[in-house]
Amino acid sequence: MASMSKADIGRILARQGILIAFAVFIIGFTLVNERFLSPDNVMGVVRSSAILGVMALGVTFVVISGNLDLSVGSMMSFSTIVVLDLHDKIGPALAIPAMFAMTLCLGAFIGFLVGYLKLNSLIVTLGMLSAIHGLTLTYSGGQNMDIVDKEGTWFSVFGQGSALGIPVPILIFVALAALLGIILAKTPFGRKVYAVGGNGTAATFSGIKRGRIVFLCYVMSAFCVAVAGLIQASRSMGSQNTVGQGLELDVLAAVILGGASLLGGSGTIFKTVIGVLILGFIQNGLLLVGLQFYVQFVVTWVIIILAVWLDIAAKRGKLWSNIA
Amino acid sequence: MEAGKLSKFLKNGAIWGFILFELIFFSVAGEFMSLSDKAFMDVDNMLLLLKQSAPIGIIAVGMTIIMINGNIDLSVGAIFALSAVILLDSMTWPVFADLGDWVIPVSWTLALLTGVVLGAINGLIVWKTGVDAFIVTLGSMLGFRGLVFMYNGENPTSSLNWTLVDFAEAQFLGFHTATWFLAVVTVVIWYVMTRTVHGRNAYAIGDNREAAVNAGIKVGPHMLINFMIIGFLAALSAVVFYSESGSVNPNDGQLYELWVITAVVLGGTKLTGGAGSIISTLGGVLAIQLLRKGLGHIGADTSTVNLVIGLILIAVLFLDRQLNTRGKEELKI
Repeated sequence: MASMSKADIGRILARQGILIAFAVFIIGFTLVNERFLSPDNVMGVVRSSAILGVMALGVTFVVISGNLDLSVGSMMSFSTIVVLDLHDKIGPALAIPAMFAMTLCLGAFIGFLVGYLKLNSLIVTLGMLSAIHGLTLTYSGGQNMDIVDKEGTWFSVFGQGSALGIPVPILIFVALAALLGIILAKTPFGRKVYAVGGNGTAATFSGIKRGRIVFLCYVMSAFCVAVAGLIQASRSMGSQNTVGQGLELDVLAAVILGGASLLGGSGTIFKTVIGVLILGFIQNGLLLVGLQFYVQFVVTWVIIILAVWLDIAAKRGKLWSNIA
Repeated sequence: MEAGKLSKFLKNGAIWGFILFELIFFSVAGEFMSLSDKAFMDVDNMLLLLKQSAPIGIIAVGMTIIMINGNIDLSVGAIFALSAVILLDSMTWPVFADLGDWVIPVSWTLALLTGVVLGAINGLIVWKTGVDAFIVTLGSMLGFRGLVFMYNGENPTSSLNWTLVDFAEAQFLGFHTATWFLAVVTVVIWYVMTRTVHGRNAYAIGDNREAAVNAGIKVGPHMLINFMIIGFLAALSAVVFYSESGSVNPNDGQLYELWVITAVVLGGTKLTGGAGSIISTLGGVLAIQLLRKGLGHIGADTSTVNLVIGLILIAVLFLDRQLNTRGKEELKI
């Protein structure tokens, strides 16, 4: 009994540990540089985290269902390039739905492979990372894409506009987070995602169609990627082929920081948002304190490992692993 | 039993069959589509192909033992870059100014030591914290890359040593220096994995960790050693490659982990651990390099290479699964 409650206390501490660390960081940064918590700076950080954040929302579904998605980075490059190209060819009103359709097709393809054919998600999405990158290069012919008439279009509203004084990317991020958070926490579909990731066999025996749930998770992830691509394209109005390269790992880092287990079955949208904000604020804070840009990589490394370590240490009730 | 043997033979032979198919396909297609009038199966071309396979191949051999052991290492590209930076930068350190060409072995040792230490950091964290190797090496991939950038900013690190370049460009019995390195690494690691206790234990741990623990195998030290080996090999790959080129960009080695894992999976090693072969990995490396070179030969650009390799990886996964389930059904009957 005593050890149980001790483990419980440890677990609670570890669960809050990431929030405590976050608070310490924020207080520390604020003491060094008072601009850190100014509304302008906070707004700036959230705004620049929005693209990463939107993608992390979708990947949260995939990770909770017990799979991985390493293809979101190159998929984001794809949707950005496609929407920029189509913008000048068929106009923004048609280009956006066309881009969404194409991106969702890619997501459905991955979902089919992982969900229905039950192939290993790490390898499938690794293959798709390479394949979609090739697809993007073939589509663009290796050229950068630019919108020719940058002034005479309303397309910039998604990335550069603002409503009620709040930048549109933030509004999209918040709205999507709220929507997906409700879907995950309050709907039967959401509960099935947890069930499939927590114990796939048990879920199958209780009548849940595992394949379909996993399939839908990947489609949802692709939808989020399309939204992120739209924001990116609209913000820069032009792009390289490799705009999303490497983002898949940042996204995964944010989701893991939020406490989702790679084994599936745990994590929430709210925690992922916290994970995204932690990454964003630490990056910003280190810069404001005057450290080199690249220090953030090392700090992120340490934070990710500490966060996951504390989490599982709390679960097993002791700090060091049982590996002999 | 017989059927099981047959499917095993098919699986082990598949990668070599695929290589043969590629050779024939690109030779025939090259006759019609190639812009150059040189044959694809030219001896010089093949020797060059082996040389170009070496940097990825050396790391892939290390990744095979990591994956047989049931782990994964995503940080190899960053280890590769950091070792290369140490290699080239240490040659210009004033401390070694009086050494002349003796600076080469010193710098090599420093670079290889860097790789071993970085690998040991990964291994120790995996062992002592119990955090999944995927997360640990995902983190250190960011962290090590950060160290590369902190070392010299976004500037390339350069140092050209002509003795070293001569050594790297030398050919012994026709094969380039890099090819020899790949061959020696393959043979040594093959020996370790098939003829030593460490290799047998690595298979056992990957196959069933619980059972391995019960059998009294020290799981942690074996994993640590394997991570040190892959760190060493990633550094060796950098040593071989940058001895010749003499200049490293801080972004070099990015996506190497993807190429390496692709090669290993093409070679038939399982992500779940416990199965895999060093020789088949070599086949996977050669198959990828042939594909890149062959597609280039018939006039396709890099975008097609990416597309084709991605799809082939998925196809192999699918076929492998089909072969495996069929094998299991036969076993049941």
